Parts: sequence; C-alpha cells; structure tokens
Amino acid sequence: MTALDGRDVAGPEEEPEARTLASIDEAGAMAVLRRGIAASPELQKGLWGTAAMALAVAGSKLLLPLSIQLILDIGLGSDGVRFAWVLAVSVVSAVLVVGSIFLGRATYYRLVCMAENVLMGLRVRTFEHLHRLSLADHTAARKGVLTARVTSDVETLTKFAQWGAIAWIIDLFQIAGVLVVMAFYSWQLTLLTLAVHLPLIPMLRRMQRSQLKAYDRLRTRVSDTMGIISEAVMGMVTVRGYGYRQATKEAIHEAVDEQYHQQMRAARYFSLVMPTTDVFGVAAIASVVGAGVWWGGSWGLSSGELIAFIFLVNLLLNPITELGEVLDQTQTALAGWWKILDVLDTPVEIPVNLTGPALPAGPLSVEARGVEFAYREGGRVLHGIDVDLPAGASVAVVGETGSGKTTFVKLVARLADPTAGCLLVGGVDLRQLVTADRQAAVRMVPQDGFLFNTSVGENIRFGRPEATMEEVEAAIDALGLRPWVGGLVEGLATSVGERGESLSVGERQLVALARAQLANPGLLILDEATSAVDPETETTLERALERLAEGRTTLSVAHRLSTAERADLVLVFDRGNLVEQGPHEVLKNAGGIYQGLYASWLGNTREDV
Amino acid sequence: MPHILAAMGANVFAVAVVGFTIVIGRITDEVILPGLSGEGPGVSGRAVLSGMAALGIVGLVRGLSIMVRRWFNMMAVARTQRTWRQELTDRYLDAPMTFHWARPAGQLLAHADSDVEVATSMLMPLAFSFSVVALIVVSLISLWVVHPLFALVALILFPTLAVLNRRFTKSIEEPAARAQAEVGRVSSIAHESLDGVLVVKTLGRQDQEVARFAEAAAALRAERIAVGRLRANYSPIIYSLPNLGILTLLLVGTWLFDQGAVTLGEMVRAMALFSILSLPMEILGFLFQMIPQSVVAQDRIDGVLAVDPEPKPKGGTVGLPTIDFVDLSFAYPVEGVQAPLVLEGLSVRIEPGETVALVGSTGSGKSTLVALLAALMPPSSGQVLLGGVDVQDLGSEGTASVVAPVLQETFLFADSVRQNLTLGRHIPEGELQRVLALVAAEGFVAEMPQGIDTVVGERGMTLSGGQRQRLAIARALLRRPQVLVLDDATSAVDPTIEAAILANLRAHGDRTLLVVAHRLATIRLADRVLFLEGGRIAAHGTHEELLAVPAYAALAQAYEKAGS
Repeated sequence: MTALDGRDVAGPEEEPEARTLASIDEAGAMAVLRRGIAASPELQKGLWGTAAMALAVAGSKLLLPLSIQLILDIGLGSDGVRFAWVLAVSVVSAVLVVGSIFLGRATYYRLVCMAENVLMGLRVRTFEHLHRLSLADHTAARKGVLTARVTSDVETLTKFAQWGAIAWIIDLFQIAGVLVVMAFYSWQLTLLTLAVHLPLIPMLRRMQRSQLKAYDRLRTRVSDTMGIISEAVMGMVTVRGYGYRQATKEAIHEAVDEQYHQQMRAARYFSLVMPTTDVFGVAAIASVVGAGVWWGGSWGLSSGELIAFIFLVNLLLNPITELGEVLDQTQTALAGWWKILDVLDTPVEIPVNLTGPALPAGPLSVEARGVEFAYREGGRVLHGIDVDLPAGASVAVVGETGSGKTTFVKLVARLADPTAGCLLVGGVDLRQLVTADRQAAVRMVPQDGFLFNTSVGENIRFGRPEATMEEVEAAIDALGLRPWVGGLVEGLATSVGERGESLSVGERQLVALARAQLANPGLLILDEATSAVDPETETTLERALERLAEGRTTLSVAHRLSTAERADLVLVFDRGNLVEQGPHEVLKNAGGIYQGLYASWLGNTREDV
Repeated sequence: MPHILAAMGANVFAVAVVGFTIVIGRITDEVILPGLSGEGPGVSGRAVLSGMAALGIVGLVRGLSIMVRRWFNMMAVARTQRTWRQELTDRYLDAPMTFHWARPAGQLLAHADSDVEVATSMLMPLAFSFSVVALIVVSLISLWVVHPLFALVALILFPTLAVLNRRFTKSIEEPAARAQAEVGRVSSIAHESLDGVLVVKTLGRQDQEVARFAEAAAALRAERIAVGRLRANYSPIIYSLPNLGILTLLLVGTWLFDQGAVTLGEMVRAMALFSILSLPMEILGFLFQMIPQSVVAQDRIDGVLAVDPEPKPKGGTVGLPTIDFVDLSFAYPVEGVQAPLVLEGLSVRIEPGETVALVGSTGSGKSTLVALLAALMPPSSGQVLLGGVDVQDLGSEGTASVVAPVLQETFLFADSVRQNLTLGRHIPEGELQRVLALVAAEGFVAEMPQGIDTVVGERGMTLSGGQRQRLAIARALLRRPQVLVLDDATSAVDPTIEAAILANLRAHGDRTLLVVAHRLATIRLADRVLFLEGGRIAAHGTHEELLAVPAYAALAQAYEKAGS
C-alpha cells in the first residue's frame, strides 16, 4: 500500500484517462509534437544533418520517373531509337540507384539511433520524475497507471518510432520532391493533382480524429477487460466459495464482447483510410491523363513527360498511403506520448536541496506548527496539528482507522509536504534541510516490508550504500540479529526473491530494522505492522526494535498496547485532529478516546482482566 | 466466413492491380501517344473519356477490394480473439484451484491479452498472402503475354527479392527476441521499483534506482539499434531492386521496341507492374516473421485449454451440517517432486452450532483445512463430510450454500459496496443494514460518498484492510450460512471493533462458527479449541484445558505477547 495514507484514509480518486482524452482531442497532433520536442533534447541533436540525408534519400526516389521520361522522349522519340542515349541514361541511373542504397542505409541507421536515444531519454527521465513525485501522487489507485507510463506507453511510442516516425520524415520529403519535379514538367498538371487531392485532407483529418477517439476507447475497453479478468483470477477463491462463478463468466464474456465491438468500430477507420487515399490517387492519375492529353499539346508537354508524370503521381500515392497507414499508429503513439508528457509536467513537490542549515548530532526534536494536509483532489485529512516532541523521547501515535495518524508520521518523514503549517526537526524546517542530510537523519521504517530482489546483505546495505560489509555485520550484531542471520540458508548472501517474498513478513521487517540501524538516524519513524508475525520472529523483532530505538527520538504508529505503554508520550488522533497527548499512565484514566482503546486492547489480549 | 470474404477481397485486389497496369499500358498506346506525339490523326474525346473511365473503374474496384479485405480480415482476427479470450477465461474459472496455485495471475492475464494478440497476428497478413500467390501468377502471365523476355526479367528479380526478404526476416529474429527480452527486463525493473516507491523514498535511493533503470534502458537501446542496423542493411536494397529491374526493362524494351516486338504502352505496363510487385514480397516476408511468434503464443494458449476442468459435482442435500474430517491428508501438488504432506490423516467432528477455534503455528495446515472444507480443492486422501455428504460431491458451489468462508486476504470486486455484498442476489435493504451493523460497518459505509452504492476496490474508493475484512464478513453473513468460517478474517480490524463483531456473531444465530485465530480474546470465545500440529489435531478441548499441553501453552504465550 503506497498511498500516502493508504491504510488510514481513502485516497483521492481521479480519472486520468478521461482527462487526457479530452485535452489531447482539443490540442491536436501538433501540440503533442511541440510539447514532445521540447521535452526531448535528443530530438534536436544532429537534426539538420539527418534531415539533409533524408532529403537526399527522398530525392533518389525521383530517379526512375526522370529516367523514364528521358528515355521515352529522347531515346525512343519520334526520330528513331538512340541506343547510346538509352544505355547512358540507364547506366547513370543504375549507378545512382546503387549509391542511394548506401545512402539509405546510413540515413536509416542514423534515424534509428536518434529515435532510440530519444526513447531512452524519455523513459529514464519519466522514471526519474515518477520517483521524485510526492507520495501523494503515488496513491494505490494510480500505481498501475504510473508504471504503465514508463512501460507500455513508451513501448507504443517505440513501435511508432521504428516505422511511423521514419515514414513521416522520408515521406514528407518525398512528397515535396515529387511536387517539385512535377511542377518542372507541368505546373498546370501539378495544380490539378493537388486540387484532386485537396478534399482528401479534411477527410483524412476527420477520420484521423474519429480514429483517435475510437482507439482511445478501445484501450479503455482493453483495460476494462483485463481488469475484470484480473479480478476474477485474483478473487478466484471468493468467486468459487460464494457460488459467483456463472455470473463472473457472464461478466467477462460481456467485457470481451464489448472489446470486440469497440475493436470493430476502430476497424472502420482502419479499413477506410488507406483505400480512400488509393482511390484519390487513381482519380488524380485519370484527371492528369485527361487534362494532359487534351491540353498538354498546347502546354508543350511531351508523351514521355506525361508518362513520367503518371509514375510521379504513383510516387506521391505511396507516401500518402503509407502516411494513411501510419496514421493509425501515430494516433496511439501520440496519445501515449501525451500521457507521458503529462507525467513529466506533474510538479515535483519535494525538490532536492543541496544546501541548507546543518542538523545537530544525536536525537532530534520534532515540532509541528499548525500542520494541515489535504490531497490534491479530495478532502483535508489533517487539521492544524500543533505538538512538541522533545529530543530522545519515544512517542506512540494511536487512533482509529482513518484518524490521520499515519499521514502525520509520513509528513514528518517528508514523504509529502503539509498543505499548511510547518514541521521542524532538530529546530530546522524540514523543507530547508539538505536532502541527503534529512534522509540520513530522519529514517522511516514503513509497514510494508518491501525488499529488492537481491541478497539479504545487499538489502541491509541499502540503508547506507557506502557502508562496508563490516559495518553491515556490526549493525546486525547491534540489533541481536546474529542468530537469525545464522539460520538463513546462505546467511547474508541469501536471496530474498521478488519483493522479498521468499522471507516471511517478520523477517522482512528485521531487514528493514537493520537498514535503519546502519543509517544511524537521530529520528526514527516506525509504522508498526498489523499482520500477525510468527511467534519466534516476533520475539527477535521486539528485541531488535528496543535496541534500535536506544539513543534516538522514535515516533511509532502503534497498533499494540505494549508500544503505547512503554512510550514516554502518547499522541491520540481522531478524525484528523490531535485530541489527546500525554503519558500512557495519565491518559488511560483520563476518560477520553485513549481510555476506550486501552480497555479494548486489554479485553482482547490479557488473561487477567 | 469473414476469412473467406477477406480472401475474396484480396484476390479481387490482385486482379485489379494487374488490370490497372493493363489499362495504363493501353492508355499510353491509344490515348497518350496519339494525343501528344503530334503525328497522325490525334485522339478523339471519346477515347480520352473512356480511358479515364476505365482507370476510374479499375481504381474503384481496387479501393473497394482493399476495404473489403481489411474490414473482414479485422473481423476475422477480432472474432478469433474474442472466442479465444472467452474460452481461456472460462477455463480459468472451471479449472481446479490447483491450476491457479501453480500460476501467477500475471501469467494468466498475459495469456488472455498479449498471447491471444500475438497468436492471431499472423491472421492479418495471412489472407493477403494467399492473394500474393495469385498476384504473382497473374503478373507473370500478363508479362509473358507482352513478351517472354519481360517475364524472364521478372523471374530473375522476384525470387531474388523473396530470398532477400526471407533472409532479412530470418536474420532479424534473434536480435528482435533479445530486444524483447530487454523490454521485459526494463518493465520488471520499473514494476519493482515503483512498487517499492515508499521504501525507495525512505531510503533516499532514487538516484540508484534511476541508474539501475537507465542501465537496463541502455541495454534495450543497444539491442534495438542492432535490429535497426539489420533493417538499414536490407530495406534500401529491397526497395531499390525493382528500380534496377525497371531500368533493365527499359534497356531490353528499347531493343524490342526497335525490333517492333513491343509497343511503348506495353513497356509502360510492364514497368508499372514491376513498381507494384515489391509490396507483396514484403508482406510475404512479414508473414514468415510472424509465424514462429504466433505458433509459440498459440502453444501457450493450447497449454491452458488442455487443462481438464474440475469434475462436475454429483450433488446431494445437506441436512444438519455436522462437519466430519475423515482421515484427511493433503499435499500441494508440485510437478515432479514428492511434496510434503500439509495435513496427515486428520480426523475430527464438529457438531452443528458449535463455536470452534483452530489454533496452530504458521504452516500447521489451518488454511488448508479451511480450503478443503469449502471444497476449493480435493484432498489427497480422506474425506470432508458435511451432514454426511462428501463436499467433493457437492462441489464448491454446492458447498457454498452451506459453508461461507472468509479468508484473511479479503477480496473485493471493483464494484459498489452493495454489489460486493449481494454478489448479484436480491437482498432487502433492511437485511443489508442489519448485517452491516452486525459487523460494525454501517458507520463507515454511510459516510462514503455514495453510501452503499460507492464503488470500491482498485478503480474505486480505497478501503483500509480492516474495513475490507468487515465487508467480507458481512458478505458471508448475508448468505445466511449454516457454517461460517473465519480464517484469520479479523486480523486487520481495530481491536475494539473486532471484539464487538465477535460478540455479535456469538449472540446472533445458531450457526456453526469455525475461527482460525491468533488473538487470545478470539480463542477464548470458542466452545472448543482444536490445536493443530504437524498436520494433525494434536489436542482439543477448552482453552483452559489445553493450557496443560506445553506446545499449546507456548503458542498461547507468544500470541499474548504479539497481541499486546
């Protein structure tokens, strides 16, 4: 659960898909392009050289119609066949065609490198940005969406870069080149060709827009289908244990069916776009033949030129058709790109500080001054918290589900900034502290025992990457974890598996504690686990926690009576307010919320009450 | 049917393509040359118009044939995908639970999503490929009719193109697969890293994570560029070969023209045909590229469809729900290995109306026992009898009408609270409210934005673990089960609330209550405690009686510490 206060509070909800669709629809393709180019410096590098090469490649495609015209008009003209001329033109042309193969090879390679550089840059920058976003943006509901940005969305962009983007560059140059040569033969026929193609532009544009929407809807349908299948698979026990199987089947069938219908709706444009451009191309050839034969004589048009013109219209047809083809892809890619750019534009709320006031060594005090917190969209979850926690104190934070207690400690760990008020640690505003200092001095051990897929030892060392193996060992000894490490199959080298799942919940917490010990923070923030831990590990865990807390200020979200009992100070939260504070002994008879909590704890766990 | 229509469209396309070149050739001879050479009688308006009309008709036919091919091809692909997706997911729901335990959810999703996509991807160029053969034959005949020498040039050129295409697709297979593997690595790093974003933040490891991701992204870039280099090597050659062929045609054609063997129009017709023919070669190459990937994906899908569905339950009626576990053994099936027994000859009877606590350390088989009671899987040996009827005969659906299990990992559908509670059955509002009150959930449900109709779950409102568990218990109670099983189902509920719920459950109804418990308060509620150890019932009796058993006393002490 990574929502800022996932356990305590319902996270804010939004519909990012719908929002994106609306705005990209208004903005259009050019806006995506402008925004995208601005966000990718790799796109600007060597752009002109590549463009020049692409232009030359496009130019080489005009060789053929030119040779046809020269051969037909001069080699096979009305004054008989001139073999020498035909041979000369053919050989020169063939040499140039072979040359264009090498040029094409270099250009294509250059384009590929450029595209891959852009994609990699975009991928890494987006990933970095995601990590820098405040935890308020990483709500449980959005987690999958965010991961999709650096994976599937960049992949759609990749598919586009490998074909579509290159097609756009070469094809646009080719269209321009063809038009120039056409105009050289006959500007009248060129205008005619353009005029015939003119209605195609608004038609394509309309189809393009509808297609974009159809594909966006299809993507939503696909994720709906996957969502419902994933639900059925994950909740398979519930589905069966509650006789919900038939209804689930029907729901999936319906979703799959909906997806099919949306697929066919999108297929309308897929099957229309290319033949439409094709038909327009043929219409252009027919008009050129008609006009060329009728009036061409008076314009000084030769038969070779007219035939070359037909081949030129055909050369125009290919890139236009291909552009029609890649339009499809371009739509999806643009939609994906837009979404990525949206992520990059989400403000980073917690900037990296390189300079700032120094923190005192040893345990740190915590002061909260009118701290409020609200999600970007959604209600306020903390209302004006004021509290002073002396350095070295052990503080337990208690409260019902949804009271805001977890939000409060996460703000102290600066996983997000308060929307009003401020938090001071060691007398310094959290926002002024040098990031690296803060991360070393204020350490939170979160409830979810997430480990990286490497060894136990490496996972501990993540607590302070520059630590030596001896220091890791020392931290283990300091917490009394030696017997536990000794019991692992390969000791510190034992692999923890994906997300740490080869270890038990309790063991993962041991690793997290050792990490914190290694960092030696002045303020330790603990979010106690609620789930049951097996009894043997529990004992080890409790002892390790005690030792870790020595000589530090500790702030614990307490789910256990013993934590609250042992604390110097208990903070009781209720509905976003700090309603009681004081030592356990005082609060337990104060007649407030704490007394009620305490009574129920006792009733549940102690034999002698 | 759509397959046939698509193939028909593709064949009409082949004929229209060749027809188009013939029309162009004749227009050259009968319209352009007489019209523009300045010699002879010139050309009649009628001839020009009929030439234009012929072009228009052939062009329209060609356009329509493309439309037909694409639409029906897409329909064929989409229908196949729909059928496979439905068959696959039906099988997911009908396969035994052991099928699910052996496969991560992500894998099953990939089968239904990308595997179906890839397996059907060869259907797209397939219809076109059939017509490519037709196209080649018709073209060769058309060229032969003009002059055998032209057909000869084509016979040299096109096989060369086909071979080059084949070599290209073959050479690209391996690097493309490597690039695909890198895509997998990049995305698994992204998943892992963003999954653990809280830990990354608390450790201040953003920079290292970015470096790790950048390294994988760079490896991916390198593989992709390797693929791009191959493409750069082949595609300009493949594009330019027809042009060299046309230049050859011009040379040969000039000689034949001089001999009077061909007309200019026939030369133009042959050239037009050459400039069109490279596309089908590419499509063939593309098909060859798709086939191996499609076959592999198809194999994965077939692997799932080959799994036998659960046997149909025989059925039976349950009277008084006495629960008998008879000599029950269970081992989770592991392929090729003799798996250790989780339950080993366990026998015990639970009387109707009893409240029983199941106690045992981690791995003692408590949850397995619950799953067997709910008929979620068959025992390795022995029986679970419910009112004298084997639950395997009742099936999970039949058992569900008597036994309602609530598991620790509660599952809520991304649907309204109401739908999650009723699971589609009609339940009066009063009943819903009464049960929500029983599990102390009426308060937070009423406070939700749309009350009981608020959508919860992944794409809805996020609930805390305790709230989810309370809704799951309510869902079970609404079925009015004769046997309610709580498998650690209150672990995340606040202690105050947990106590209230358990008291309510005891006070209302005479149902059998089987509770897997870790908290002493829960255990103390039970009429009888079953102590599981090593896959058997090691002891049973009241909590106080069992404290005399050393292993039980040790566990009870540990629970007290953990709970306090």
